[in-house]
Amino acid sequence: MLHRFANPTRFLRIATLVQPWMAWSTILLAGAGLYLGLLSSPADYQQGESVRIMYVHVPAAWMAMFCYTGMAVSAGVGLIWKHPLADIAAKATAPVGACFTFLALFTGALWGKPMWGTWWVWDARLTSMLVLLFLYLGYIALANAFDDPSRGTRASSILVLVGFVNVPIIKFSVDWWNTLHQPASVIKMDGPSIDASMLWPLLLMAVAFNTYYLWVLLIRIRAEIVANKIRILRLKQVHG
Amino acid sequence: MSGFMSILKRDLHLAIRQGMDNMMVVMFFVLAVVLFPFGVGPEPNILARIAAGVIWVAALLASMLSLERLFQTDYEDGSLELLTLSPIALEVIVLAKITAHWLTTGLPLIVAAPLLAVLLNMNTEGFPMLILALVLGTPSLSLIGAVGAALILGSRRGGVLLALLILPLYIPVLIFGVSAVDAVIGGFESKAQLLILSAFLMGALPLCPWAAAAGVRQAIE
Repeated sequence: MLHRFANPTRFLRIATLVQPWMAWSTILLAGAGLYLGLLSSPADYQQGESVRIMYVHVPAAWMAMFCYTGMAVSAGVGLIWKHPLADIAAKATAPVGACFTFLALFTGALWGKPMWGTWWVWDARLTSMLVLLFLYLGYIALANAFDDPSRGTRASSILVLVGFVNVPIIKFSVDWWNTLHQPASVIKMDGPSIDASMLWPLLLMAVAFNTYYLWVLLIRIRAEIVANKIRILRLKQVHG
Repeated sequence: MSGFMSILKRDLHLAIRQGMDNMMVVMFFVLAVVLFPFGVGPEPNILARIAAGVIWVAALLASMLSLERLFQTDYEDGSLELLTLSPIALEVIVLAKITAHWLTTGLPLIVAAPLLAVLLNMNTEGFPMLILALVLGTPSLSLIGAVGAALILGSRRGGVLLALLILPLYIPVLIFGVSAVDAVIGGFESKAQLLILSAFLMGALPLCPWAAAAGVRQAIE
């Protein structure tokens, strides 16, 4: 299964088919999610209108962790089975994941100022998300630090796997420590503790963020494959 | 084991013959800490409050300073390649090099730390805990740092890159190292922090040499 789709030519064919679907579902889902979230859902009885920041903040934070997990899996597959496509996927995910992390931190700060009275606190959840951003940036820096691109890929794959320890820390930071950041309210053992009128737009936005990620990922992987081809052609020209 | 000892001896010999190089790390540590009274002002209360954190941050930066050389010199003169070809497991070789790094940089930092704590007017009750926390924490720093040092082999601008890679991973050690000292000074138990620091060390001891060896292997390939 894995080996079937690891063939770049076959992947490119499938990617061209899937990509418009991802694009359209992103537009439709994000449209519906934003309408429900920003216009038709109720304001919170405590937080007022600023609760609507959540519809961007929470999906972005989920995606930040999802992207890193995806990178770790791709990097592991790339290291073990030496699939070129897995390496490309990990490399293509990094900037997207870094943007999601930044978005989560930024919207969190915007929400924190009216709610907590401060842009930033050094609690466990916020700090571990900041570390995640640095891990993304470190990965991007390391992947581009070598003259031989394949060296950069392998070195940065190991780094991703080392940095993965941070992901469970982010997830459980609100349970392990007494943080200012509120604990999980959607993914819980006894069902979500959030009203359906707010849960629906949140879930729609989460799926929209996911399809957006896949959309951008496909574009980036295709671009990377094309760039590799160009590099090989150039080398062929030089060496005759 | 004999392989481990011979690598350790070799690295220690090299460090001793280079003499001043290791002293420079300690001097950096002292200078970095001494800058703080000028930066935040010499009021004893403020200095006492931030002493543990400043010493930890400076120790962390100082131990990072020498990490770049951990594999770099051997990589450049080709001896790292020969070491990977030897029958000893590469993980053991890496662990020996990390041990040598800790003995030549971590240990001197621990010796210098109480002196700096006096300069920063730290509460004397915190001294034993500062040393204990550094004893538990600095080996983790060397272990984690070795992974970064292996990954940057052969890259452009290795030193700056190394900081970007491993400083985020140092944060947990820093948090619990400082809070162990602050807890004792504040009159609380600090067993939990010490246990967590030990847990980091126990986790890093098998995992980091493994990851660093993988890093060295991909650099040699």
